[in-house]
Amino acid sequence: MFVEVLFYAFSAVLLLAALGVIVSRNPVHSALSLVLCFFQSAAIWLLIEAEFLAIVLVLVYVGAVMVLFLFVVMMLDINVEELRRGFTRFAWLGWITAFVVIAQIVGVVWFKGLGVDATKGMAPLPADYSNTKALGAVLYTEYVYVFELAAVLLLVAIVASIALTMRKRPGLKVQDISAQVAVRRQDRVRLVKMESVKADAPASEAPKDAAPVAGAGEGSKP
Amino acid sequence: MITLQHLLTLSGILFALSVAGIFLNRKNVILLLMCIELMLLAVNFNFVAFSRYLNDLDGQVFVFFVLTVAAAESAIGLAILVVLFRERRSINVEDLNTMKG
Repeated sequence: MFVEVLFYAFSAVLLLAALGVIVSRNPVHSALSLVLCFFQSAAIWLLIEAEFLAIVLVLVYVGAVMVLFLFVVMMLDINVEELRRGFTRFAWLGWITAFVVIAQIVGVVWFKGLGVDATKGMAPLPADYSNTKALGAVLYTEYVYVFELAAVLLLVAIVASIALTMRKRPGLKVQDISAQVAVRRQDRVRLVKMESVKADAPASEAPKDAAPVAGAGEGSKP
Repeated sequence: MITLQHLLTLSGILFALSVAGIFLNRKNVILLLMCIELMLLAVNFNFVAFSRYLNDLDGQVFVFFVLTVAAAESAIGLAILVVLFRERRSINVEDLNTMKG
């Protein structure tokens, strides 16, 4: 009974936050509503005992992807009014589509039946069952190649997003490390052969109009 | 007791809301990306629900991969968005008419 109340509460907040994502006037509010959506989903997944994915959803989605979204939304200077113009032009189509989708899914799930007994609850798991351990056991044996593929996909995403957003700015002063390291002594230092000069040369070179000052300066020297 | 019906209905409503969001925010690329994230969340709900209902962990492994692909997708999508904004000073979908589509 308690679990049901929690489920309904989390679901209500989840759906309200989803509504906030789609109708919010400010993209920052949309992104924050989406964060709330992910938190509520993680809570519901915890309720149905899928703990690992709930934690991953919070860590990866809220911690990384949504921060990226917020960063981009705040970095770009978006003219919201321009983008909101004509907001209600196809709104009726959107709401009708949403209503039809909901009606069909409710019809199939609640009235038509799925070929399985959908009114049954989830079988409770034993107390010493570890969802993370069980997932790991499957992930690193049966799905190990797919797992590697997912890792490669993430690497490709890193390289692609850096390559897309990197730009060369003209007039930017940068260090060329390899050129700095490869430089030799004879490229930089030039030894010049010169005649040796006499020790009292500075005194004879003193300007004539400043003679008393120069003389006083000479007198004070040891 | 949370039944399969509850979870499937919840994910259906979530999916329908995100479809409506794509209709409503059809000019704003960043909100389109957010609606796609919401759709993937609804799909993940179905996977987790059936995985728990059938006591089969493969569904949860699949959710794991969907999360991976969605993270890669949103990273590249946002990178494209930043480049687009740099070129056009706008993220309006209607300005993307170079290909005469």
